[in-house]
Amino acid sequence: MEKMSRVTTALSSNAISGRTMFCHLDAPANAISVCRDATQVVVAGRNIFKIYALEEEQFVEKLNLRVGRKPSLNFSCADVMWHQMEENLLATAATNGAVVTWNLGKPSRNKQDQLFTEHKRTVNKVCFHPTEVYMLLSGSQDGFMKCFDLRKKESVSTFSGQSESVRDVQFSMKDYFTFAASFENGNVQLWDIRRPDRYERMFTAHTGPVFCCDWHPDDRGWLATGGRDKMVKVWDMTTNRPKEIYCVQTIASVARIKWRPERKFHLATCSMMVDHNIYVWDVRRPFIPFATFEEHKDVTTGIVWRHQHDPHFLLSGSKDSTLYQHMFKDATRPVDKANPEGLCFGLLGDLAFAAKESLISSDVNRKPYPGGDRRYPIFFFKKPDPTEQFAHVSSALSVFETDLNSNHMDWFVKTAQLYLLSGKPFAELCDHNAKVAQELKRPQVSTTWTMLRIMFSDPANLTATGPNHNLSSKLGTLPLMNSFSMKEMGTESRLERSKGESRPDNTHLEPGTSHISNNNEENEETEGSEGQAEYMFGDAELDDDELYSMEHDNQTVLLSNTVLSLLPLPNRHEAEVTCLTPIESFSLISISQPLYSPHLPGSFFCPIAREMLSYYAEQGDVQMAVSVLIVLGERIRKEIDDLTQEHWYMSYIDLLQRFELWNVSNEVIKLSTCSAITCLNQASTTLHINCSNCKRPMSNKGWICDRCHQCASVCAVCHHVVKGLFVWCQGCSHGGHLEHIMNWLKSSAHCPAGCGHLCEYT
Amino acid sequence: MRHAVASAESVENNSFAVTSLLKICAHCERLSKRDLGVRIPRPLGNGPSRFIPEQEILQVSKVDTRTQSIFEDAFAALGRLDNVSLVMGFHPQYLDSFLRTQHYLLQMDGPLSLHYRHYICIMAAARHQCSYLVNLHVNDFLQVGGDPKWLNGLGEAPQKLQQLGELNKILAHRPWLLTKEHMKCLLKAEEHSWSLAELIHAVVLLTHYHSLASFTFGCGIMAEIHCDGGHTFRPPSLSQYCMCDIANGNGHSNHHDDPFGNQEVCGEVEVLMERMKQLQEGRDDEEASQEEMATRFEREKTESMLVVTAEDEECVPSRDISRHFEDPTYGYQDFSRSGEHVPTLRVQDYSWEDHGFSLVNRLYPDVGQMLDEKFQMAYNLTYNTMATHKDVDTSMLRRAIWNYIHCMFGIRYDDYDYGEINQLLDRSFKIYIKTMVCSPEKTTKRMYESFWRQFQHSEKVHVNLLLMEARMQAELLYALRAITRYMT
Repeated sequence: MEKMSRVTTALSSNAISGRTMFCHLDAPANAISVCRDATQVVVAGRNIFKIYALEEEQFVEKLNLRVGRKPSLNFSCADVMWHQMEENLLATAATNGAVVTWNLGKPSRNKQDQLFTEHKRTVNKVCFHPTEVYMLLSGSQDGFMKCFDLRKKESVSTFSGQSESVRDVQFSMKDYFTFAASFENGNVQLWDIRRPDRYERMFTAHTGPVFCCDWHPDDRGWLATGGRDKMVKVWDMTTNRPKEIYCVQTIASVARIKWRPERKFHLATCSMMVDHNIYVWDVRRPFIPFATFEEHKDVTTGIVWRHQHDPHFLLSGSKDSTLYQHMFKDATRPVDKANPEGLCFGLLGDLAFAAKESLISSDVNRKPYPGGDRRYPIFFFKKPDPTEQFAHVSSALSVFETDLNSNHMDWFVKTAQLYLLSGKPFAELCDHNAKVAQELKRPQVSTTWTMLRIMFSDPANLTATGPNHNLSSKLGTLPLMNSFSMKEMGTESRLERSKGESRPDNTHLEPGTSHISNNNEENEETEGSEGQAEYMFGDAELDDDELYSMEHDNQTVLLSNTVLSLLPLPNRHEAEVTCLTPIESFSLISISQPLYSPHLPGSFFCPIAREMLSYYAEQGDVQMAVSVLIVLGERIRKEIDDLTQEHWYMSYIDLLQRFELWNVSNEVIKLSTCSAITCLNQASTTLHINCSNCKRPMSNKGWICDRCHQCASVCAVCHHVVKGLFVWCQGCSHGGHLEHIMNWLKSSAHCPAGCGHLCEYT
Repeated sequence: MRHAVASAESVENNSFAVTSLLKICAHCERLSKRDLGVRIPRPLGNGPSRFIPEQEILQVSKVDTRTQSIFEDAFAALGRLDNVSLVMGFHPQYLDSFLRTQHYLLQMDGPLSLHYRHYICIMAAARHQCSYLVNLHVNDFLQVGGDPKWLNGLGEAPQKLQQLGELNKILAHRPWLLTKEHMKCLLKAEEHSWSLAELIHAVVLLTHYHSLASFTFGCGIMAEIHCDGGHTFRPPSLSQYCMCDIANGNGHSNHHDDPFGNQEVCGEVEVLMERMKQLQEGRDDEEASQEEMATRFEREKTESMLVVTAEDEECVPSRDISRHFEDPTYGYQDFSRSGEHVPTLRVQDYSWEDHGFSLVNRLYPDVGQMLDEKFQMAYNLTYNTMATHKDVDTSMLRRAIWNYIHCMFGIRYDDYDYGEINQLLDRSFKIYIKTMVCSPEKTTKRMYESFWRQFQHSEKVHVNLLLMEARMQAELLYALRAITRYMT
């Protein structure tokens, strides 16, 4: 038998010159089945029941079994199976609950042989015994499976699943008496055909219906199941408890499943909905299909391998009313299109790199990064089996660590923590942030803050600006921080000078703000001169860039504005200090000019600020962009479109959360004005609590536990039940009424429960 | 501890109130205001339903601790306990599933924004002139920050929602006419277009509220105490009933002595049970031919057409409600009568379990699961009782009701013998079903009372749940099929 079929295999593969072909059916197909010698295929559906001959170049219709004046529902097939021993024998499952057998050897036009109407609901599946000629099994929506002896008029035994509808039944290929049944409630049962009273074993394979199952043709213990939960699972049934050995996650519910002949680890699947492709999976590599057939335009309803010992031909029927023969060599190989390498940055600048093992090993000698990076090969899959065509089942993952000193992100964390985004007047915020940036040795950022204060401080509103200027003057050391960094390259005397400059400014400013109420112009002038004076000094200290910047000095404001954003780029590769100073000095010179004009409101600078923000964001410093956005608030918001803002916010919040800066990220969310961002704080606001006595979740009320009937939350101060606001220390988890705890912690630092914890209340 | 004592007291109070209420009718209003009214808001003291005596509904929640806790959860989540929930309290298992789904649809993460959701609810309920649901969601809509201008009519709403009007109309009355062109219209890439996920969400909301409108009318749900608009377009005499009047009419005998006292009209239940028994046993000997089976479906279909729904009194949609939808003349038209030939939908080709579920769950995760549970709960719910009889297998009856409703929508089960429907469902029941499913606004108290006279109210509510879920599934099937076709 085995030998014979191998011979036919050889013949057929010679005979069929390997063609992917299809033919149009008149109606959608529900199922297909192939006869033993692989020369004919039967297609069954609601309105079709035909046999096609598989010829070399095309399908040829051989026989239409749907005869009679008024086709009854018995012809409306949900499933069809061609007997694998007796080539004239077919069985169909009808949607009205009938099981019909057909004998092609009948001389009359109507080939209908037997009709069993024992099932009360739709029959989902029929299955012939692989070696026994007269044994037929059916599984129905009514929850019963019936075994028929074709020599008798009615079923010989009925199996009750005791659960929901039967979706599939399959005789085991190797065990004569065993069959598997899959159910709508996710169970799979194994039955012994001789014992209709009770199943041998049952296990839950899927959540939701199990649409299909298939025994491995060679390995007696393997059963593959597919379900609505989009999973394909392979079970080892030889052990005491069925063990899941492989699992493939697909993208849609799995309608049919068929092991590929002669390939131990391959199986073909098609889906019930949405996805029209047929996939062939290597179960050992469940993340990507081994091969895909993409010909169908509607869901594939039936798949069958053309010959039980030939892995190269797959037949499929579909709802799009076509019947296909797929050649395996014509299949799409998704692996070829998949990106073979993966690359990802870690939080602290580490780099992970995954690639084919072969690729890595050939590169062993080459250092991908100069400068002593270490590399860790993390894991290897087992070597590819040379007999399988599915190459490169292995890849290596390398992690490159960055030098701890060169690129670490401390500045980001510190900046995030120290920046002030709200709660103080604008100018103060700017000064504070400038100081923070300065301390972290980021002069460019620092100067940007200072510039912003100068540009956007509202000169029109004296009552508001008055104190601002006082404060900023008191913080007069702030702009001088610039000089400190310059000190590294400049001299002491210059520092002194600049200090000297700012002091007169102070004195000049104070009378202006305290006495004069309406003198906008003067105020602005002083401010302008202050800026100019300072930065002129900075400018003077430059050597190589001086000329360059001075050239632009006389140009129009607009022109230099654009230069402002362009200039930093060519200079970036220079040393930090030299790279940054020219920008600050240069830009300030250019914009300090309009400050002399009394007619320029803050909004005049919006385009500059906008470009500046975009520049920072493009450079990857989204922190700066968002911080400025928040601090400037209304002044700038209209200038930048909402999507960009949202994008920045999201990136920054994402970064903050990766660094576990929850408080900062929350503050940012709170201060943001994008509706998409603020609603982040509205989501998942449910707080689940456990009972303090029995440690189990409280379901019903917040204060009394259903299970142990104890009052769960007692105030540590007054020992009464807390209903409503309950505040507790996250350190020792004691707490109580908000008011009581507030009062208690005013007088004592320790926990009121007496646990000795130093509670904090903020 | 303090609380525990308090609640025990109140339970005592309530039970006392109810016992005295049964005896002293004159006191009922005063009592109900003083004691019972504490937990359940009621307008004019006549309970959540016009059809079902109030005491029965209230008793349920007191006796059954499960119902009680579900009510508490619902109240905690919404800050109110609506009359629909109170009436569904007869069937706590179902109510739990229902509230979970509804809460998820309206409050939890989803593709549509909150005010859109409520507006869609309003659109759906308005299609059936269900002022109860409209008022409820107008409040919610305003509460979540919806623009009051939209409430002036669909014309004032964003164009995106206006486009949904057509779908709403067809879905509510003649869902079998939905084609992929309708979906294409909504989904085409334009400024006001819908995404697939949004559309699924909207479709689920629409179908949910269409069927909920059926339930509302079918059980005669009263307007909420804070939504007084509902009284206006009901005949005032109806809403002015004191519960004693209701008790005198329908449920009177149920409250005094033996709850199932009037045996003189009996036989109805017994006849029904006898028929079920016959069908179950005698199935095999009188096997119908295939052609016979096919024609039986057609016959049932055409017959459902002959069941006249309207009880002559034409309900004129008040201006208040009708502004939320267009084309008020568009109504249910019998599937079999509709001029153009529409092919029957075969469940074997497009079913909820296999196809609908996958589509919904793909585009709106978790909702498929919830709906699946809800459908199953409604379909499988049974207490194995019929009126006074215990240990009855009602699966046949439930299946007949379910399939009859699907039959009215042109959905056919290949494996069902539609002859069973004729044997199990009598004419008055068919009238009730048809009215409730197809034009619920015409349901009257007389209809509610005239079917299944001997059955308890809880059983009638059970029937209503079946009708509601079957209708929702039928609408969903058509809508999802159209979407599937659009996608392929």
